[in-house]
This record gives sequence, C-alpha cells and structure tokens, in this order.
Amino acid sequence: MSSTPALRIENGRVIDPHTGRDEQQSLLIRDGLIAATGSEADAAAADSVLDAAGGLLTPGFIDLYCNLREPGNGQKGSIASESRAAARGGFTTVCAAPDSSPVNDSSAITHLIRDVAERDAPIRVLPLGAATKGLSGELLSDMVGLTGAGCVALSNGSETLVNARVLRRCMAYARTFGITLMLHPQNQALAADGFAHDGLVTARLGLLGIPEVAETAAVMEMILLAEETGVRLHLSQLSCARSVDMVAQARSRGVAVTADVAMHHLLFTEQALADFDSRYHLQPPLRSEEDRQGLIEGVRSGAIGAIVSQHQPHDPAAKNAPLGDTEAGLSSVESVLSMGLILVERGELELPALIRALTTGPAQVLGLTPPSLSVGQVADLCWIDPQARWTATAETLLSVGKHAPLMGTELPGVVNQAWVDGEAVYTRQD
Amino acid sequence: MTALLNVDALLDDLEQGLRRLLRERGIEQPVLIGIRTGGVWLADILHKRLGLDEPFGELDISFYRDDFSRIGLNPKVRPSHLPFETEDRHIILVDDVIMSGRTIRAAMNEIFDYGRPAGIILATLIDLGARELPIQPDVVGQTLTLKANERVKLKGPDPLSVELRQADATPAKGA
Amino acid sequence: MTTTDASARALQLNDQGQLRHFLTIDGLDRELLTRILDTADSFIEVGERRIKKVPLLRGCTVVNLFFESSTRTRSTFELAAKRLSADVLNLDISTSATSKGESLSDTLLNLEAMASDMFVVRHSRSGAPHFIAQSVTPGVAIINAGDGRHAHPTQAMLDMLTIRQHKGGFEGLKVAIVGDILHSRVARSQIQALNVLGAEEVRLIAPSTLLPTDVESLGCTVAYDMRSGLKDIDVIIMLRLQRERMEGALLPSEREFYKVYGLNTEKLAYAKPDAIVMHPGPINRGVEIESAVADGPRSVILNQVTNGIAIRMAVMSMAMGGQRAQRGQDAEGQA
Repeated sequence: MSSTPALRIENGRVIDPHTGRDEQQSLLIRDGLIAATGSEADAAAADSVLDAAGGLLTPGFIDLYCNLREPGNGQKGSIASESRAAARGGFTTVCAAPDSSPVNDSSAITHLIRDVAERDAPIRVLPLGAATKGLSGELLSDMVGLTGAGCVALSNGSETLVNARVLRRCMAYARTFGITLMLHPQNQALAADGFAHDGLVTARLGLLGIPEVAETAAVMEMILLAEETGVRLHLSQLSCARSVDMVAQARSRGVAVTADVAMHHLLFTEQALADFDSRYHLQPPLRSEEDRQGLIEGVRSGAIGAIVSQHQPHDPAAKNAPLGDTEAGLSSVESVLSMGLILVERGELELPALIRALTTGPAQVLGLTPPSLSVGQVADLCWIDPQARWTATAETLLSVGKHAPLMGTELPGVVNQAWVDGEAVYTRQD
Repeated sequence: MTALLNVDALLDDLEQGLRRLLRERGIEQPVLIGIRTGGVWLADILHKRLGLDEPFGELDISFYRDDFSRIGLNPKVRPSHLPFETEDRHIILVDDVIMSGRTIRAAMNEIFDYGRPAGIILATLIDLGARELPIQPDVVGQTLTLKANERVKLKGPDPLSVELRQADATPAKGA
Repeated sequence: MTTTDASARALQLNDQGQLRHFLTIDGLDRELLTRILDTADSFIEVGERRIKKVPLLRGCTVVNLFFESSTRTRSTFELAAKRLSADVLNLDISTSATSKGESLSDTLLNLEAMASDMFVVRHSRSGAPHFIAQSVTPGVAIINAGDGRHAHPTQAMLDMLTIRQHKGGFEGLKVAIVGDILHSRVARSQIQALNVLGAEEVRLIAPSTLLPTDVESLGCTVAYDMRSGLKDIDVIIMLRLQRERMEGALLPSEREFYKVYGLNTEKLAYAKPDAIVMHPGPINRGVEIESAVADGPRSVILNQVTNGIAIRMAVMSMAMGGQRAQRGQDAEGQA
C-alpha cells in the first residue's frame, strides 16, 4: 500500500481532551490519520516537518450551530465564504443551521447543502434539518427523510416552538427514530417583541426586554417533555444561569439532555448594548453579569457540554438601523477562539475546558466518534499560536459579515494551520 | 504689568460730554442702557451722575454676536433687561471699551428688536481705535493706542479700575 | 462612570465639552444642565420682546424629522427654530418614505443632499437619534425630540425649568412621578435630570406592570400607592396613560387606574401643602388627573408651554454653536 507524504509536527503542546493528554510531543500525520505520536513520531520518516514550538495542537473544533447562509440570496454569505471563515477560526466541522432560505426542511435542500459543501467547503459541513416545516412550529418535518439525507440532528433554528402540543409530538416522533432535537428554548408569549435582556440596560435605554423567565420557563417545559417522551434533547444557546442549573439537575436525575452556549454569551453582558451597538443585538440576548458567571460555571462543570459560534453573518444594511430594527446575530466564527483565550487569560476558564467544549463536547452531542489526537484517529486538527495577536476589521475578516465582536482591538490567538483528513484546509497568510 | 488710568477723571469727562450732547440735541429724558459686563457698571454710575429717574437697562449681546459660527454660544449668557419701552426714546448706550465696533453693532441690532428708538448716543470709557466697522462713539473718556501685545480691561464694579497689561497667548476679543 | 455615561457623553459633546448633539440626559453633568436652564432663561426674556427673534441660526436649515407624528412637539420645535432665525423644513416621515420601504439610512442620505444643519428627530425606536448622530455628516447637529421609550430630553429639561422657577432649585427636593413609567421616555429623562441636578429623592408611583425591571438602578425609589407615595413630596409629575395599556393586560381598566393612581384633590392633600402639579401633556382628564387639579392653583401645566420654546431655543443654539466651534477648531488644526 502506497502512502501519501508524511508530515511531522514537532514541539507543539498537544491538548487532547478525549485522552486527557496535555504535553509537548510530536505528531506524525499520514494517510489522513494520526499515524504516530511522541517518540514513535520522532523516529518515523517524514516528508516534511513543521516546528510548532510555542503553539497548541488540538483536535479540529466542531461547531454545533453556524449559519452558512446557503441556500440564500448570497448577500449575507455562502457556504464557500463562511466555511473558509470557520476554517480560519479553527473549525474543521460545522453544523449548518436550518434557517437558510429556503429553510432546510426537505431532503432536497439537505442534498443541495451537502453537494455545495462537497464542492466549495474546505471543511466538514453537517446539515441540521428543520424540526417543523418551514420552522413555523406547526407541522412536523419529514424527520426520517431529513436524517436519511444526512441531517445530523433537527433544530428549530432561531425560531421558537410556540405550541407545547406540537413540541411534545415533535419530541415523541423524533424519539421513535432516535433523532436528536437541538432546540433553542424561548417562551414566545413572554419574549414578545423584546430584543434585549430585561434588566439594567433596558431600564435605562427603554429597550423592549426579554425577561429571563422567557428562557427558563421554556427550558423547564422542554426538560419535562423530554423526560416524558424520552427524546435526546439538546438545548441550544442558553443565556441564563438558572437554565444551567435546571439542565444540571435534569442530567443528575438521568434525563438525556445536553446544552450549549454561544461563546459571546460567556464574554459579554447586557452592557454591550449600552451604546445601542447593533452588533450585540443577539437572540437570546446578552444577559446579566450573574448569568455570564453561571454560564461559565456550566462550561467548567460540564453541565454545558459545548460552546458554539452562533455565527450569523449579515449584509451591512441588516445592522445599519436603529437597534430595534436590526437583525440579530454576530459574525463570530473567526473570533470564537480569541474570545475563549480572553477568558483563559482572565482566569475564568481553563484552557483544557475550553478545548473540550469546542471538540469532544459537541462530538458527544452529535454521537460522533470522539475527536482525538491519538494514533489511528482521523487527522482533523489545528495548530494555534496563543501568543499571536490579530485585529478584526472589515478587511481582515473572511466572513461576508463584517460585524464581528471586539472589532478594532487586538485579540489573542491565531490559528496557524488547520487540517481535515490530514490535508491543510487553512494556512495563516500574514 | 499694570498701568492705572484715573477712572474718576474719565467718568467726569464722560458725564460732561453726555450733558453737553444732550443739551445740544435738546434731549430731556434719555434712557440709559449698559452692555454687559463693564458697560453695566458704567451705566450704573452715569445713571446716578445724570440723575435719571427711570432705571437703566442691561443688555447681554450673546445672541447677536457675529462670532457665534466660530466659537459657539457664550456659556454665561444672562437675560437682557430693559425695564422701559424703547420705542421713540433717546437711548444712551454705554460700553467700557470700543475697538472693532462689532459689539456695538450687535447691541444696536438687539435694541431695535425691542422697538424703534428715536436715536442712540454711544458713550465709551475708552476708545482703542482699530475699528473694523463704520461705528464711532459720540462721547469718549479717553482714546488710547495699544501696542500689539497690550490689552486693556475694566475691573469692577467697586472700585472701578482700568487694567493695562501685556497680552498672553489668548487672541484678542473683538470689542 | 458606566459605559453608557462615557459614550453618550462622547457622542454629545465636542472637544471643548460644548454640546453638539442633544440625545439624552445620560452622561451630561450638572454644570451643563444648569447652563441649558440659564440659557433658556435668557430666551424667555427674548419671548417677551416685540420682535421675538434672535439671529443666532440665520442661514441654518433645521429639518424636523418626525417618524412619529406629534403636532404639538413639532410646532414647539418649529417655533423655536424660527425664533432663532433658522429656515425650517417639516418632514412627516411616518406617512412618506420609510413606509414605502426606504431604510432610515437611505432617507438620511437624501436629506443630507439638502445641506441641512440640524435634524430634530422623533422616532418610535429607542436609540434612533443615536444611530442618526453616528451616521450623519460631521457638523450636523441632532436633537432628540423623543425616541421610543428611551429619552425625551427637551421635555425633561423644560420640566426642570418649570420646577426651578417654582421651587428655586433642586436641593432637598422630593419629586414623585406617577403612572406609566415603563413606556415613558419622558420619565426616564426626568429621573436622570433630577438626579444630575441634585434632587433629594425621585419617587415613582405605579403598579408593577407599569415599572421597568431594575428601575431602582436609575436612581429612584418606588411606591405602589398614592398615600405613602406622595408623603413629603414637593413636585408631582403625572404621566399620560395610553389606552393601549388595557389591551396589553397591563391594567384592568381606566376606572380602576383612576381610582388608585388618578390625582384628585383628596390625594393631592397627601403631598406637601405647597406641592406643584405637572403633566407633560396631552392630559387625559378623568384618567390620570381630575380637572379640578389640572386647572387648579397648584397646577403649573400651562407654564410648561412657554418654557418648552425657550428650552428648545437654548438646546438648538447650544448644539449648533458646539458644531460650529468644533468645525472652527478642526479647520485650525488642519491649517
């Protein structure tokens, strides 16, 4: 059997959450796999050698929720543009949110996404199907057809499932076929027209608030229904500390529930809106400092298994209006790592916990083979320079969305290179 | 560096000049208006010296200044106060120093917004020349020619004194 | 200082600390608010002259940009601009451009082509004037004439002027604001202004459904009934109650609201004997206030109209002056 050229990466700090390994050692990559590690890798013949001294080597990041905006009209981005941006952010696998245009609620759309991704995306793109037709929350989608076409889970996108009866049936039907539901919990009657955390900043600026109970009431309802139906429930993008507590309690009594949080919810609070900055108009909204602390604690304890980008690229017009008239979402996928490293620098999160929530955590939610840097595993990995700095500007961002967090300030952490199946899919340019 | 002028002597000159002018023009009941801040101090004194019955007026020309578009609104603006009708009255307008003539232009514009006076007599304690507008005082205490770096300022209200000093870096104010 | 204070201040003031936009009370200090009140006093005197006009804004074009129609507020701004000698253009956008789908930023681009010097903006969205101030050509002043639930700073300042005229100042003053605080941009600006100017206590009197979450963080106390709420109060500000509040299930009925919170002679007696009564208007007689009180000797509601023109003249001339002074400064810097 003939081999493809072998690459040895030397002197990097290998952080492998699956095995718990965290040490400086060499990795040998051959035939799309991790062929050897440590002294065996050092001893093996290599066609090329990379010196990763001072760098981190981690499994490639997995994003459970990323908007690639395709199918769509192209103004907000495409699979080509957004998957490249994701690769630059260290992601080798992204789940494509179902709220494309049209919505991914049929196997035809799923096939389209997979075909375009096969052609245009340097990384793995896993479609998320719509749990209800058109994400309208009224009729069930063809769940079996969608998963058969390649959807890894079904989601309600950024819409809310208004009707508890539909929600219960949705869960019962998904349970029948062992399908994972990824749901964003929000009680629409309580959220109403709100677009900001109901708290200090809404009091001051007179913004329409979404109370915490709009989320916590929905979390409780979903947990109870999941417990009753036995569905594999994943709660997407929690924003409240109390939600984390409820998830932890449910898990401790054996309910099959997991949860994620968007990275920006770990770093920012309601105060980000204090100057009517439309970039930080998010759904769910950025909440109080207490909530932020609770979410970080959830990641530390594992009650929140995954950190997602919740990448939502927009055309400039979508953000260029009075706050309440703008569309929700940050162009975040290129900044996730930097935001995480800021938390690490501040001592709020340990580096291994951060990497775990970006790799094994999300893999577990999807039931994928745990990504690992041990011998025989698929060589999806990234090489990070945590000391390097970069600045997000309209020019430096690869995403079509130019509304990234913390733009214009120097951010820690740059991905030097990312590999999928041992092939370099992103290489730092500067 | 301060050089003092004899203010009392200047006030005597102003008073005599005004009495003579009023006599010549046959004006019997003039009203007095001082321009803030120095002009108001002088108006107060002249009002007593001339023995006028009606209270004198105070004019704040901030809303009429022609440098608004360069420096913005004077932050210390206070209401003007003219406790009499100006229509068809003879007005004695008093200010401490005249130089460019811009303050007086602004003051006359403001006075006309209260009504059409029969006439205006302008009295200033000091005339520094350097006029930029065709406006001349009718009565002057003293005419001075300043060197480029010299500035003059009326201090008051009690006692009144005229301060002459070497200019610092601040640009001249159009008086 | 919170980020709001710092950034709102930076946007509203020029390099010399002069006002250049007037968007919110938030972030402005006592000295500046006092200067606005003092300047307004001078404009009140102008209003008593035969020719009630000063030449400050001669040659300036002021555009009243009302995305939410309000004849009363617009007229006061129009009169104020005209008394400053500005040319005034009234645009009622609620019935034109944006309803045809034109975005706010496109509307602004078109208006700037008219070489306007000042936009007086009313908009149903909180923060719309901030957005406009951040997007217009430098040198154009933005005056907030009421945005969403956020701020109505000129209304609050005219109320402050009225209070100062009747009470002499703000030290030791206890002020009650009664009614629909949640939806009120006026109340938010009043609370901020009273705190900055040094009032001893701002007390809100309303049912929980009409109070924002975390409202105490704005610098006020809360009472739920009029008897305890009006105790020791010097100034009572009644807010207008909109009919829609019943539909939104925030209140059971106008009758019940009036019974609990409506200001009548009997409840007025709970306040200090010399307490004054204010209302930003328009008044709903028999809903939030009894006619006998609205028209009574303690009511200062009519004074508020004269003060409204003077405050707007003050703010418009100060902001225009701040823009011009900045332009002068910038030109000098380049030379």
